[in-house]
Amino acid sequence: MSDAGQDTQHWFDGEAGPVVRPYAMTRGRTSSTVRHRLDLIAVVVPEPAAEDPGRDQTLSPEHVEIVERCRDTPQSIAELAAGLDLPVGVVRVLVGDLVEDELVHVTRPVPPAELPDVNILREVINGLRAL
Amino acid sequence: MAFGRSSHRPRPVSPVTLKLLVAGGFGVGKTTLVGAVSEIRPLRTEETLSEAGRPVDDVDGVEGKTTTTVAMDFGRITLREDLVLYLFGTPGQDRFWFLWDELAQGALGAVVLADTRRLADSFAAVDYFERRGIPFTVAVNCFEGADRFPAGTVRAALDLDPEVPLMMCDARDRESVKEVLVAVVEHALNRATLRREPAVN
Ligand SMILES: Nc1nc2c(ncn2[C@@H]2O[C@H](COP(=O)(O)OP(=O)(O)OP(=O)(O)O)[C@@H](O)[C@H]2O)c(=O)[nH]1
Ligand SMILES: [Mg+2]
Repeated sequence: MSDAGQDTQHWFDGEAGPVVRPYAMTRGRTSSTVRHRLDLIAVVVPEPAAEDPGRDQTLSPEHVEIVERCRDTPQSIAELAAGLDLPVGVVRVLVGDLVEDELVHVTRPVPPAELPDVNILREVINGLRAL
Repeated sequence: MAFGRSSHRPRPVSPVTLKLLVAGGFGVGKTTLVGAVSEIRPLRTEETLSEAGRPVDDVDGVEGKTTTTVAMDFGRITLREDLVLYLFGTPGQDRFWFLWDELAQGALGAVVLADTRRLADSFAAVDYFERRGIPFTVAVNCFEGADRFPAGTVRAALDLDPEVPLMMCDARDRESVKEVLVAVVEHALNRATLRREPAVN
């Protein structure tokens, strides 16, 4: 990963457009070793062990940046991709690396049909009205 | 807040995350709608029509429109520290339908934005959410200069089930968009309540 982050060109979302750039940042890997595909709204939460990820020489600046961004406010995969201006696929791979290194864990979103009770939806409605 | 317990920072709260989709035809106002209510500026990964090489796109009724969305609009609404709603505006062009399947999975609900001048552009989205059983609301974006039709006429043209909410909106107006989102979640709530507590008769 040490050669990552030098490509300052604009990245198009490889999943959306006809232009698929080589995934240099992930050394060509297009799917992470984390078995399930990380959901767009799955949330990345740093582990206490990730207190100072910058000292880990095996991590790219993008890995470190992801941990830093999630430190105070855990962020979703989609949010990280938007914030870092990286394709979702690349962020999935990078987060997969961090999970493997036990620097973060990822909470899987609860499908609406499996929400423990519907009161959460009432809270969403109230929250929207109060915006 | 448990300050001073150790030298470590308090563990961050991992929020419950939900998502709503915003779908609709080309230039109907999806990006405008997401931008009217969300904290994150929409992810503007767009290309110009000429670059995309699609001379056949009918842009009638979309004055001054020169770019089209390639990726998707993305917005975050923080309802509480531990409750976050994400909005995904999906590209209106048929060639981006492959994006939808991932987005639709686990979606709380959807908004189908419609323009009465181009109502047929909404058919595909209505069809999509109907077939997948995703609760959706149709919101007619009221552009100036477009004829106003009674809701019943639009409903008939789209062949909507009676339970599907249909409303008029202004995608530029925060309050109006809030009402649309509330309608979607209320619809989802009604569905969930019916499913959990089947009528006893
Ligand atoms: N008058 C009026 N104009 C609007 C309204 N909503 C959007 N617009 C304008 O219509 C044009 C298209 O709106 P967008 O939000 O970009 O539409 P879109 O659905 O995201 O378009 P694509 O992503 O290309 O499919 C923009 O110039 C908007 O400013 C509205 O409610 N009233
Ligand atoms: Mg758009």
